[in-house]
Amino acid sequence: MTSEAADSAEAAGAIAPAADPGFLQRYGGTIEYVLIPGAALVGALAVFGIFVMLFGKNPLDLYFYMYQGAFGTWFSWQNTLTRAAPLILTALCTALPAQLGMVIIGGEGALLIGALSATSIALALQGMPPLVVQIAMVIAGVVGGGLWIMLSGALRQYRGVNETISSLLLVYIGLAILNHLVEGAMRDPASLNKPSTREIGAANMIGSIPGTDVHWGLVFGLIAAIASYILIYHTVFGFAARVAGGNIRAAKIVGLGVSKLILTVCFLAGGAAGLAGMVEVAAVQGRTNANLAAGYGFTGILVAFLARQNPLAIIPVAILLGGISASGGLLQRRLGLPDASVLVLQGIIFVFVLASDALYGRIGFLKGKS
Amino acid sequence: MIIGETPPPSGAFGVDAIAMTMRFGDFLALDNVELKVRPGSFHALLGENGAGKSTLVKCIMGYYHATEGDIIVGGREQAIANPKDAHALGLGMVYQHFTLVPAMTVAENLVLARDDVPAVVNWPKEMKELEAFLARMPFKVPLSAKVSDISAGERQKCEILKQLYLKRRFLILDEPTSVLTPAEADEVLGMLRDMVVKGELTILMITHKFREVMAFADEVTILRRGKLAGAGKVAELTPDAMARTMIGAEELTVQPPRTGEAGKARLELKKIRALDDAGAVAVRDVSLTVCAGEIVGIAGVSGNGQRQLVEVLAGQREAESGEVRVAGDPYHASREEMRRHRMSLLPEEPLKNACVGGMSVADNIAFREFDRAPFASGGWWLNRGAFRDDAKKKIGQYKIKTRTPETPISALSGGNVQRAVLARELAGDVEVLIAANPCFGLDFAAVAQIHAEIMAARNRGAAVLLVSEDLDELLELSDRLVVMFHGEFVYEGRTSDADLTVVGRHMAGH
Repeated sequence: MTSEAADSAEAAGAIAPAADPGFLQRYGGTIEYVLIPGAALVGALAVFGIFVMLFGKNPLDLYFYMYQGAFGTWFSWQNTLTRAAPLILTALCTALPAQLGMVIIGGEGALLIGALSATSIALALQGMPPLVVQIAMVIAGVVGGGLWIMLSGALRQYRGVNETISSLLLVYIGLAILNHLVEGAMRDPASLNKPSTREIGAANMIGSIPGTDVHWGLVFGLIAAIASYILIYHTVFGFAARVAGGNIRAAKIVGLGVSKLILTVCFLAGGAAGLAGMVEVAAVQGRTNANLAAGYGFTGILVAFLARQNPLAIIPVAILLGGISASGGLLQRRLGLPDASVLVLQGIIFVFVLASDALYGRIGFLKGKS
Repeated sequence: MIIGETPPPSGAFGVDAIAMTMRFGDFLALDNVELKVRPGSFHALLGENGAGKSTLVKCIMGYYHATEGDIIVGGREQAIANPKDAHALGLGMVYQHFTLVPAMTVAENLVLARDDVPAVVNWPKEMKELEAFLARMPFKVPLSAKVSDISAGERQKCEILKQLYLKRRFLILDEPTSVLTPAEADEVLGMLRDMVVKGELTILMITHKFREVMAFADEVTILRRGKLAGAGKVAELTPDAMARTMIGAEELTVQPPRTGEAGKARLELKKIRALDDAGAVAVRDVSLTVCAGEIVGIAGVSGNGQRQLVEVLAGQREAESGEVRVAGDPYHASREEMRRHRMSLLPEEPLKNACVGGMSVADNIAFREFDRAPFASGGWWLNRGAFRDDAKKKIGQYKIKTRTPETPISALSGGNVQRAVLARELAGDVEVLIAANPCFGLDFAAVAQIHAEIMAARNRGAAVLLVSEDLDELLELSDRLVVMFHGEFVYEGRTSDADLTVVGRHMAGH
């Protein structure tokens, strides 16, 4: 657009929709959302390479094995997707409240409570048709996890308690409740070394997507992420949530019920993480025990931030992070790296992603003009 | 760090900007603009929002680097790379918003602003020097008072004193009186004018207020859409001529005449009590009735509980006690009630109070209606096309200047944000309108438009509660006038019978 065009457009008064804003201006923002987290990821991998060099390993081997372990074979793809499924759901637990301006980091707690609820209902409904038990488990997982995070939202809305802190502390309370029940009232007397509940029964397991070893949890995750995206960007409820998240004073002045929005969004967020817990029970573990606290809830926070809280972007990011954790085993076997080294990588990624936040709107050639 | 040669060591000096052009990408913010500020003069820079006034002074102060053009300070061309260079040359700027640290005293703020604050401040010595400095100055401010405890007028004086304390002799004032009462504004500008006359200072003032230009400025430069529209001696110009130059061919909205009489009571406040953020009582059991077809103005110096009262009505603050009734029904600022009674709110600082900066102009315009047809299909699915169509219509109708309806509203100028809120709030048949400082910091065209809309709403039978710190605005618009002081209504009367001295006395709490 030339300056004359700008002048005449302005002179014409209000708007100039006809003016072509140019490629960068139209897509600069979108490119930024891909480029910056991408660069953060590459930077983190580079630093991790240095970390690995300190162990005397070749970083190029590292990257090769990571690729192999995550996406190199059909087997590793299935492993990756299996890990991505709960990550998508727990990431939603952070990304949904983020639309309302809240930072919820207690997805792990909602996952545990969801798992416990789902297991309880399955044990209570033993003997019922599997489909009934499975549906009941989904509902119990969602409601259990949902109420758990809703508690955080309520504490914030009615008592002024910081939701980040309360949701984190609720993780430990959730873990304590789980341990208490698993080692006490719900303990299967047969589980000697590792206290666990009784099994929900092979018939009640949700199984794998036909032709793969990937369980149905992945489909749950994809549906939840897409539904969340539609909810936030295409529905009245999502619009109200974005208004309240963008400026609470503006939401109040147009009379939006902010408390209801916060509680509902927290319920949905916790519900997603609770569903992840249900999936882990019904597709992987078959019972509830301390194994469930595997850190999916915490990795989900990383996924949500890397995806910039966008429910659709969560899907590829969860697959990527799932891949990184899937490659851990191969790194251990081939390079002799400690099992926890992928956690180091996750930590480095998190630091890079948070630091890269400062770059938005500052990359010269991507700047849209206004 | 001083670039080039320093201007004369004391006394006023002039600044010329020659053939200034500033491009932001394809957008031409300044087009070959010339500004000549003579040494020892009081120069006014006029222009509508977006005319390039701020861009021009930011170029002079080194915040922006002009695409083309030269800046001449005290007769010598200077390359001003950053604000530090400008400061070293003796150029200083006073902003519309305060830059003092509220929790520190005036003295601390002054010393803090220096480039060479020593690691250990010798306070007795500094205080002595500050007192000596103040003795030479026409303004007096309490040195040991906390900035948070002094009035807006005193804060603005502090800002100016800070510049003088830092030995700046060319001051750029960006709408310095927008937060002051007329009396305070006259006092501050009068004192600055005296310093200019004595040859100690040169002043370049950005303003919208013709009254101040006529009373205090020697010369004026007028910008319009990034171009020089006119310049000359104030003595040879009239406000009308300046306004015409400023707005060009654009027609100002004509305010409709006041018609019709007040009807039934529409908005009733009964013994409303509300606290401020610190928990102190800000609104003390106030009661008020606003009738249909009537504008009730609430006057008062900022900080006497007006904001908290408006926040209660806007649903942004819970009342401690008391009740609000609209058309006889209890009112708690819910969406359903606002809708049923066709309530509209024009809060102060609309970007902070009524908009979501990151959302588009179209979205912001739809905040009141997005959950109904045609914006929502079936009550839940957003119909994007309806947002765009409605926004385009209102953007044209309310003359909102935005590139596209999808532009984030935070990219708009203050006047255009307020117009967007106006478009949203006044779209339907308003029955109750609550406006708080709706014209704060806006230009001529925007003020005329907003005043016309408020009067039109009144004539259509709306009950209007207008809270304003601008007494002229209240006298012009309101049917009845109430003065708020220390959270109470201390005066009430018909505006036509109002005696300015009496109103002023009540505003000051006497």
